[in-house]
Amino acid sequence: MMKKPPRIKLPETINPGAIIEIKTLATHVMETGNRKDGSGRVIPRDIIHTFTARFEGEDVFSAELNSGVAANPYIAFYMRVTGPGTLTLTWQDDGGTTTVEKVPIVTS
Amino acid sequence: MAKMLDRRTFLLTGTAATAIASFIGEAAGEDAAGESAEFKHVLEAILNGATPTETGLVLDLPEHVENGDYVPVALEVDSPMTSEDHVKAIHLLSTANPRAKVATFHFTLLSGKARVTSRMRLAHTQDVVAVAELSGGRLLVTRRKVDVRIGGCDI
Repeated sequence: MMKKPPRIKLPETINPGAIIEIKTLATHVMETGNRKDGSGRVIPRDIIHTFTARFEGEDVFSAELNSGVAANPYIAFYMRVTGPGTLTLTWQDDGGTTTVEKVPIVTS
Repeated sequence: MAKMLDRRTFLLTGTAATAIASFIGEAAGEDAAGESAEFKHVLEAILNGATPTETGLVLDLPEHVENGDYVPVALEVDSPMTSEDHVKAIHLLSTANPRAKVATFHFTLLSGKARVTSRMRLAHTQDVVAVAELSGGRLLVTRRKVDVRIGGCDI
């Protein structure tokens, strides 16, 4: 479960045909499942295991994450802008929560 | 063992840090090269008998980090990302964390550029390995050592 919505950063101006960098920062503990609590019990794993980016229904980029990804996962990737549309970003975690952000891509 | 030492004790002596590092290493089932058995299995499964090329994949990591909890990492292949010639995926592996697989990044023609940046955890000083899968089945591999001053003991 994310305590706060993810932060997403795109370039201020986007030209059609450009390859842009999309920076994302999720708020998540990324509990590894290897730690123990004060009484010696294993703290269950709770990580974002899948991140996907789709533009108008087409896959742009995706990531399978494991416990070696740092807390509050930062992922920056690239996209070839084919025109205006909606970029849909999703984060899925072990607790069954799916966080979806829809980002309008406006070309100039 | 690592958890029984408080942070001050941990910081006090480099000897303690070295002892802890070697303890964690043994616990993870490492060989003399510091590679875990799981890492070798995971790498073999990805390579699947193929011989990877040792150039073309850039793995950008700091040589030294104070804190193994947040280690910036960038992966890039200079690829035209066309249907004939593109990067399908890049695997990021740790040779000596409790889990060898850190992340797998999948690219498409819409990615435009086969580059990704993120942040990883490193339990202690070790090599980080990346493998890129290209269209046409070619594999690229690269390896970088990161010296970790204070490991993420709780990784």
